[in-house]
Amino acid sequence: MTMLPGPEVTAKRPPLFRRRLLLRAREALIIGLLFLCAAVSIMTTVGIVVVLVDEALGFFRSIPLKEFFTSLQWTPLFVEKRFGIWPLLNASFLIASLAMGVAVPVGLAAAVYLSEYASPRVRSVLKPLIEVLAGIPTVVFGYFAISFLAPEILQRFFGQETVFSALSASLAMAILLLPIVTSLSEDAMRAVPQDLREGAYALGASRWQVAVRVVMPAALSGIVAAVVLAMARAIGETMIVTIAAGNVPRLSFNPLDAMQALPAYIVQVSLGDVPAGSLEYQTIFGVGLALFVPTTLFNLAAIWLLHRFREVYE
Amino acid sequence: MRGEFRALSRRRGGKVGEVVAALLVRLAAGVGLVSLVLLLAVVARDGIDRLSWDFLTSFPSRFADKAGIRSALLGSIWVVSLTALISLPVGIAAAVYLEEFAPRNRFTRLLEANINNLAGVPSIIYGLLGLALFVRAMELGRSILAGALTLSLLVLPTVIATAREGLRTVPPHIREAALALGATRWQAVWHQVLPPALAPMMTGVILALSRAMGETAPLITIGALLFVPFDPKGPFDSFTVLPIQIFNWVSRPQPGFHEAAAAGIIVLLGALLCLNALAVGIRMWAERRRHW
Repeated sequence: MTMLPGPEVTAKRPPLFRRRLLLRAREALIIGLLFLCAAVSIMTTVGIVVVLVDEALGFFRSIPLKEFFTSLQWTPLFVEKRFGIWPLLNASFLIASLAMGVAVPVGLAAAVYLSEYASPRVRSVLKPLIEVLAGIPTVVFGYFAISFLAPEILQRFFGQETVFSALSASLAMAILLLPIVTSLSEDAMRAVPQDLREGAYALGASRWQVAVRVVMPAALSGIVAAVVLAMARAIGETMIVTIAAGNVPRLSFNPLDAMQALPAYIVQVSLGDVPAGSLEYQTIFGVGLALFVPTTLFNLAAIWLLHRFREVYE
Repeated sequence: MRGEFRALSRRRGGKVGEVVAALLVRLAAGVGLVSLVLLLAVVARDGIDRLSWDFLTSFPSRFADKAGIRSALLGSIWVVSLTALISLPVGIAAAVYLEEFAPRNRFTRLLEANINNLAGVPSIIYGLLGLALFVRAMELGRSILAGALTLSLLVLPTVIATAREGLRTVPPHIREAALALGATRWQAVWHQVLPPALAPMMTGVILALSRAMGETAPLITIGALLFVPFDPKGPFDSFTVLPIQIFNWVSRPQPGFHEAAAAGIIVLLGALLCLNALAVGIRMWAERRRHW
C-alpha cells in the first residue's frame, strides 16, 4: 500500500487559499469580539453621561438653575421644598478638604520615609501593611468614625455635641486617603533616577535635603497626581459621610456640626422607595451630576499629570 | 550651581533639624500602621462576643441579639460570583485587545484614558447608572442580576488594568517564537500567551472582586433591600449584601445593633482576608511554575 493520502482524504481538506481565508476571517471575528469588550468601557462612560444629563435635564425643567445655584437651603424631602445645592456641595468640599489636610502631609511624609529613609526590608513590610487600609470596605471606616472617633475623641475632648459631625467623617476619611497618597507618591519618588540622588549626596547634601530639594521636585507631577486622585476619591466617597456626618443638609463651616454631603443625599433618597420620574427621583441624578463633574475633572487632571511624569522618566 | 552647593553645605549646622525630620517621617509612616491596628482593635472589641454560629445562620431580626447575617452572606456570595462571571471574560478580553491587538493610534489612547478615568468615577455614580439602565430600562428590577451587572461595570477598569499587567509578565519572545512558526496572532495569544498569563491575572482579578465584595453605595442606589428575611435563590431575586446589612445596623441607635454590625464587619474582613490569601497563594504557585 502506498503511504500517499488517497483522493478521498485530500478532497476533505479545502485548498490552501480557502483555509487561509477561513483562518483570516476567524481571526478578524475574534479581534472584533475583543474590541467590543474593550468598547464596553466607552459605552459605560457614554451611559453615565447620558443617564445623568437626561434625568438632570428633567430636574432642571421643574427647578430653575437660579434656584439650584443661589438658594442656600436644600429641603427636597420636606413639605416646603427648596433646591439650593450649596449645603451639600459645601459639606462635601469641607469634609474632603479637612481629610486632605490630614492625609496629604502625613501621607507625603510617610512616602518620603518609605522611599528615602527606610531599608528595603522595612519598606517591603511597611508598604503592603499601609496598603491594607486601602482594601478595607468603607462601611468599616464609617463604623470606626461613629463608634470610636466621635464618642471617644471628638465628644470627649473637643466638645462635639452629637455623634455625627463633619470632622469625624473627615478623620475617618483621612485614614482611607492615607494609603492612596502614600502609595502613589512613593511610586513617583522611587521612579526618580538614582543618579540624581547620588549627585546630590556627592555635593554633601543630607538625606532630608535630597528628599525635599531633589527627589520631591523631580517627582512633583506624580505627587500632585496622587493628591488630585485622593481629592477625587474624597469627594466621591459615600459610606463614610453617610454614616458619620449625619444627614442634616445644613450650610455650616463648623466642622463639629452634622452635615449632609452630596453622596449621602443620594443614599438617603435611595433608601426610601422613590417612584421613577418623580422630582425626588430626578434630584439624585442632578446631585450625581454635581458629583460627577468635579471628580471627573480631578481624574483627568491626574491622568494628564501622570502622563507627563512618565514622559520624563520612562 | 555654586550658590546651590554653598546652600547644601551650610546644613552642617542643621544636624538637629535633620534628626527631627528623620523622626517626623518615621512617625508619619507609623500613623497608617497605628490607624490600622486601632481600627481592627475597635471592631474586635465591639464584635467578637457577638460572633457565633447562630450569627452566621440566622436571618436579620428586629431584636438585636437574635439578628444574623445569613441572607446578607448568601446575597454577597451570589452577587460577587455573578460579578466575577460577567466581569472576568469581558475584562480579560478587553485587556487582550488592548495589550495584544490594539493599533497604536489616537482611538486606542482615548480608550485607555477613558478606562483610567472610569477607575476614578465614584462608585455611587455607577449605582445611578445601574438604577437607570439595569433596574428601570432593562426592567431587571432590584435583582441580584442588576446588582452584579452594576458591580461588573464598576470593577471592569480594575480587572482590565490587572489583566494587562498579567499579560505583560509573558515575555515578547514567546509571542515571536509562535509567530515565527506560522501561528496567527490569535493562535499565538490563545495557545502561548494566555495560559502562563492566567495565574498572575487571577491575582489582580481576585483583588478587584474583593473590592466588589466591600461595595455598599452602588447597591443601595440600585435598591438592594435593607431587610431580607429569606434566602436568595436565583439571579432575579431581591437581595441584600453584607456591607449593606452592616450599614443598616450601624445606622440604628441601639448599642445591640452596633455589636451586630461589628460582628458583621469581622465576618466581612475575614472573607476579604481569605480572598487575598487566595490571590497571594495563586501568585506564589504561578511564580514557582514559571519557566523563563
